[in-house]
Amino acid sequence: MDAYLFYIVATIAVVAAVYLIFEKNPVYCALYLIQVMICIAVLYILLGAQFIAAVQIIVYAGAIMILFLFVIMLLNVNAEEERKDALPFQRVTAIFMGIVLFAAIFIILKSRLLQGEQGKYTTAYINEVGNTQVIGGLLFTEYLLPFEITSILLFVAAIGAIMLGKRKL
Amino acid sequence: MITLTHYLVLSAVLFTLGVIGVLVRRNAIVIFMCIELMLNAVNVSFVAFAHYLNSMQGQMFVFFTMTVAAAEAAVGLAIIVAIFRNKETVNIDEMNIMKW
Repeated sequence: MDAYLFYIVATIAVVAAVYLIFEKNPVYCALYLIQVMICIAVLYILLGAQFIAAVQIIVYAGAIMILFLFVIMLLNVNAEEERKDALPFQRVTAIFMGIVLFAAIFIILKSRLLQGEQGKYTTAYINEVGNTQVIGGLLFTEYLLPFEITSILLFVAAIGAIMLGKRKL
Repeated sequence: MITLTHYLVLSAVLFTLGVIGVLVRRNAIVIFMCIELMLNAVNVSFVAFAHYLNSMQGQMFVFFTMTVAAAEAAVGLAIIVAIFRNKETVNIDEMNIMKW
């Protein structure tokens, strides 16, 4: 059951990603990206990360992508007009280099470098305590400093967005 | 049975598609979306490692990655809006002032 679900969702995600990079209309691009993100949220649930799956839907598919759509409609950028590549063979070269990159990553995956130590957070333990409780506990103990720095980061980002959005600086 | 390698291959495929998108597209907003796709691909491998190694660190990293992505989207889109206000376009071929 899990295996079938993985293959179905992974296929949908990859197909949507391919459509994303070749679709001309930016609004459709954003909708395809939302589809990829929802598929990834399903994979997170398969991997036992319910909290991350919920955050993925709410923050990524909800907040960030709506921001993208909002800007697309604000700027009124229509379908990309077909134009010559600035560099000759740029498109073909880009796809070729992408395949080379994938081959390089695949060779690393095939080598046996990816072994790690098993931690204490087994699926049984997480299910007993609760996924969100475990994440919350870690956020306010072991990861307290990064968590606080994150608040500063968001604050700075909000100020930066407002300053850049002003008509006269 | 789905193993760690399955998830890592899926992550690699999505990441590669994101890279190709950044290299191929002309619209700055779509390039930005492809960067988000790459961030998502890396998040998949983080969560997969966390699950198969019985660790929580991967999920914590994904949490922080999402925060950074949200901040990045806000500032990046503000920059794109500012560029559009000056040049009336978001086509990156026409943003060549720094080219000598």
